[in-house]
Amino acid sequence: MSDLMKMTLAEAREGLRARRFSSAELAAASAAEIAKARPLNAFIVETPEIAAAMAAASDARLARGEGGALEGIPLGIKDLFCTKGIQTTAGSHILEGFKPVYESTVTQKLWDAGAVMMGKLNLDEFAMGSSNETSYFGPAVNPWRRGNDDAKLVPGGSSGGSAAAVAAELCFGATGTDTGGSIRQPAAVTGIAGIKPTYGRCSRWGIVAFASSLDQAGPMARTVKDCAILLREMAGFDPKDSTSVDLAVPDFEAACNAGVKGLRIGVPKEYRIDGVPAEIDALWEQGIAWLKEAGAEIVEVSLPHTKYALPAYYIVAPAEASSNLARYDGVKYGLRVENDDLTRMYEQTRAAGFGREVQRRILIGTYVLSAGYYDAYYLKAQKVRTLIAGDFKAAFEKCDALLTPASPSPAFGIGEKTNDPISMYLNDVYTVTVNLAGLPGIAVPAGISKDGLPLGLQLIGRAFDEETLFSAGSVLERAAGFTGKPGRWWA
Amino acid sequence: MSESKMRGKLIEGVTGSWEVVIGLEVHAQVLSNAKLFSGASAAYGGAPNSHVSLVDAGMPGMLPVINEYCVEQAVRTGLGLNAQINKVSVFDRKNYFYPDLPQGYQISQFKQPIVGEGVVVVDLPGGESVEVGIERLHLEQDAGKSLHDQDPNATFVDLNRSGVALMEIVSRPDMRSSEEAAAYLKKLRAIVRYLGTCDGNMDEGSMRADVNVSVRRPGAALGTRCEIKNVNSMRFVAQAIEYEARRQIDVLEGGGSIHQETRLFDNKAGVTRPMRSKEEAHDYRYFPDPDLLPLEFDDAFIARIKATLPELPDAKKARFVSAYGLSPYDAGVLVAEREIAAYFEAAAKGRDAKAVANWVTGDLFAALNRDGKPIGESPVSADALGEMVGLIGDGTISGRIAKDVFVIMYETGERPAKIVEERGLRQVTDTGAISAAVDEVIASNPAKVEELAKKPKLIGWFVGEVMKKTQGKANPQAVNEALKAKLGHLLGE
Repeated sequence: MSDLMKMTLAEAREGLRARRFSSAELAAASAAEIAKARPLNAFIVETPEIAAAMAAASDARLARGEGGALEGIPLGIKDLFCTKGIQTTAGSHILEGFKPVYESTVTQKLWDAGAVMMGKLNLDEFAMGSSNETSYFGPAVNPWRRGNDDAKLVPGGSSGGSAAAVAAELCFGATGTDTGGSIRQPAAVTGIAGIKPTYGRCSRWGIVAFASSLDQAGPMARTVKDCAILLREMAGFDPKDSTSVDLAVPDFEAACNAGVKGLRIGVPKEYRIDGVPAEIDALWEQGIAWLKEAGAEIVEVSLPHTKYALPAYYIVAPAEASSNLARYDGVKYGLRVENDDLTRMYEQTRAAGFGREVQRRILIGTYVLSAGYYDAYYLKAQKVRTLIAGDFKAAFEKCDALLTPASPSPAFGIGEKTNDPISMYLNDVYTVTVNLAGLPGIAVPAGISKDGLPLGLQLIGRAFDEETLFSAGSVLERAAGFTGKPGRWWA
Repeated sequence: MSESKMRGKLIEGVTGSWEVVIGLEVHAQVLSNAKLFSGASAAYGGAPNSHVSLVDAGMPGMLPVINEYCVEQAVRTGLGLNAQINKVSVFDRKNYFYPDLPQGYQISQFKQPIVGEGVVVVDLPGGESVEVGIERLHLEQDAGKSLHDQDPNATFVDLNRSGVALMEIVSRPDMRSSEEAAAYLKKLRAIVRYLGTCDGNMDEGSMRADVNVSVRRPGAALGTRCEIKNVNSMRFVAQAIEYEARRQIDVLEGGGSIHQETRLFDNKAGVTRPMRSKEEAHDYRYFPDPDLLPLEFDDAFIARIKATLPELPDAKKARFVSAYGLSPYDAGVLVAEREIAAYFEAAAKGRDAKAVANWVTGDLFAALNRDGKPIGESPVSADALGEMVGLIGDGTISGRIAKDVFVIMYETGERPAKIVEERGLRQVTDTGAISAAVDEVIASNPAKVEELAKKPKLIGWFVGEVMKKTQGKANPQAVNEALKAKLGHLLGE
C-alpha cells in the first residue's frame, strides 16, 4: 500500500501545499485502495475518472499558488447526497439508476473548496438502519475483525460505507448524515471520528430526506481535527433550506487546540443503562478521568426524560419518513413496475422498490399519523421531544458539554441482529436524544474492546457550540492515543 | 341575523317548505409571478411542464422555501375580508397519492391558518344586503394536472400548476339561497380583484368553489351536508345548489336520509353525482411540515400592508352614495368592479354624477353586454361620456338627441362635441323658430286642436309633431312652453 493513504487529512493538506506530492497521486492512490477494498463493499459507485479530472484541476490551482481549504483532497460521499450526473440511490432499489441534474449544497461546497470526489458510499436504505445491512446494494463490511475471527462485522449505520472507507484508509474523509446516530455510531464502531453538527448548521438541500426535523449532514474522518477541517467547509447558511441557520461558521480547526481547562463536563446519570457491557462503562469512566486530568471539572447531571427518547424517536422519524418517501411512487423517476391500474402500479412499485426495514418504517409512520392515533403517538412524541430539549437546557446550566458512550456495544456480526429490529434500534440509545434536541454530538475513538474492536465516546454540546466539542474531543483523542488500525485482510 | 327571521327563499316540497343552507370553500389563485415554495413561474398557460422547478417536480432532496410575496397577498386578502390576521401560522402536509402530486403531499395549513375569522357584506339583487361570515383563509399549493386525452393508453401529467399558491377561503354556512351564494362569490371576487390578490378568472381556474349544501325545515337544526367539489363558474354554483337542494329534499321527503358525501357537478347534465367512494376515502395524515418553520411576522408587517390597501367596494359604495348622491343600488352596481367604479368617477368629474351613473348603468352597460366587452374595452371613453353629459347639462343637446349621439360615439369612438357639430344636432333653443313650428302645426291640424279641449293628453301629440318638424333638435321644454302659450286656453289654464 502506498503510504500516502496513511496520512491524516491535515497531513495530506500540508503535503499538497508543500508540493511533496500531487493531488493526482493522491487520487490515484485512493482509487487503487478503493479498487482493492471491494470486499468491504463501501462504495456503490466509484468515480476514478472524475477524481482524476478533479485532481488535475486541483494540481493546476495548487501550482498557481491558489486553491481552497480542501484543495486536492480525495473524499467519499454518502450516497444520500445528490450528485450531479452521478447515480444517487439512497441505498435503495427504487432509486437505482437515478442521476440528479443538481448537486447538493454540502457536496457543492466541498467541491468549491477543492475536494476530489472518489465515489458514492454505501448506506442503509434511505439511511434507515444501524448496521448498513438494509442497503439494496448489500452490506458494507467493517474493516475491523474480532481478533483472528474472520467473521464479517457490520460497520454500523447508516453511514456504514463512509465509516468503512475512512477506517480502511480508502479516502481522507467522507460525508455522513445523522438522523438518530448515523454518523456517531458507525464512527465509534470503526475507530474513527465523526460529528453531527447542530441542526441547521449544514444545509439539507439536495440530501435525500429521511426525517427532515432530525437529519443533519456531518463529516467523518480519522481524527477530530480532520472533522473540524471538513465541517468548516460543509457548514453555512443556505437560503434554499428554510431550516438552515444564518450564523457565521467558526474556525473549528483552531478550537481543536483550546483544551478543556476550566470546562465543566456533565455526566448524565440516566445514560448508565442496564445490560450494557462492562467495557462500555469502563471506557466511559476512563474518559471522565482523562478530561479531569486535562483540567476539566466533572459534574453529575440528570436528563430525566432519556428513557422516552428512543420510543419518541421511533415515532417521529418514521412519521416524517412515511411522508418524505411518498414521492417514490414510480411516476416521475426511479423504479416503476408497470400496471394498468394506478393503485396497483403504486403498490407493486413500492413493494419491489423498498426493502423490509423501509417498508416497516413507512407502515409505522403511516399508522402514527392516522386520524385517531395522531394525538396519542405523534403529538405525544413531539411533547417528549420538548421535554428532552428542556432536560438538556437545564443540564447546560451546570456544564458546558456532556460525556457519554457513543454506542452500546462494539461492532457486531453481519446478520446477528437483522431479525430483531428492537435490538437493532437500541444501537441508537446514546445518540437519538441529541437529534431530538437538535444539538451537536461528536464521536471520538477512545479504546479497544476485549475482542480487539474499536470503542468510542460521545460528547454532546450546546446548540451551535461545536467548538467546545472539538476542544474536548481533541483532548480525549490525545489522551486515548488511539492508534489501532484494522488488519488489511481485504487487500 | 337572527335565526327566527327567515330570509332567502324557501323551497316548497310535498310535505312543506324547506330552507337550504350553503357554505362555500373558495380556492383563489394568488396573483404572484412565482409559485408558493419555488421560484418557478406561476403564469397561466405555457407548454406543458415548462414552468416546473426541481421542487415542483418532487425531486429527491428538494426543499420548499416560502415566497414572501404570497404571504403578503394572503394578509392583504385577510385585511380586505375584515379578518383576524394570525401572526403565527403553520404549514402542514396533507398526504395522499396521485400522479399530479409529485411530492406525495400537498403543503397546506390545517390547524393554524394565516387568516382567521372575518366577514363579507353581500349585496343582493333586490338592494338588500346580508353578512356572510368567513371562518378562515389559508395558503396552500395547487397540484399539477392529469391529462387523460393525449394518449389512448396513458395519462400524462402537466406540472405547470404544481406548487402554484392558492388561498382557500372558507365561509360560514351563512347563505340561504343559490342567489345569495352567487352574490357572495361575486362580492368575494370583487374584493380580491380590488386588492389585486387574485385575478378572479374562473375560466382559467383562478377561482373555483367547493359548495356545501344541506337542507332543513325552517328554524330546525342544521341538516347533513354534501360537498360539491370544484365548481368553476357562478352559474354552475347556482345550478348545482338548486339541483342539490331539490335532490336532498326529495330524498328526505321520500323517507330517506342524507349521507355526508362528496359530489361532483356535471354541468352538461345539470346534476350532481357522488364521487366514487374510493376517491373520497382519504385519511390525509396531516402533520406540520418539518421542512418549514412556522410562518411568523409582526404588527409592523401587517401595518405596512394595511397602508397599501385600496378603497374597497363597501367603502367606495358608501362614498358614492354620500359624495355623488347615488342610490345605494346604483352605487352597488358601479363598485362591483374596480374598473367600472374608476370609469364612473372619471366620467363624473365635474359633471352631473347621477346622470353619468344612469348613462353608465343604462346605455353603456347595455351596449357592452350586447358585445360582450369589458369596460376596459369600451369605445366610449369615460372622458367622452362625461363630455356628453356636459352637453346635455348646458343645453347643447337634449337628452333625446343624446341617445343618438351616444350610439354614434359607441360606433365611431368620436368625441360628442364633434358629432353634434358635424351632424348639426345642436338643440334648437331659438324661441322664434320654435314658435313658428308650433304655429305651423296648429294651423295644419284644426281638428286636433278642437279635440284637445276634451282630451288634454293630446298635447303630447302636438309636442311630437313639433319635434318632428325640428328633426328632434328643438329644446323640449321650449316646445312645451310655446304650446302652452298658444293652446293653454283650451286646456283650462
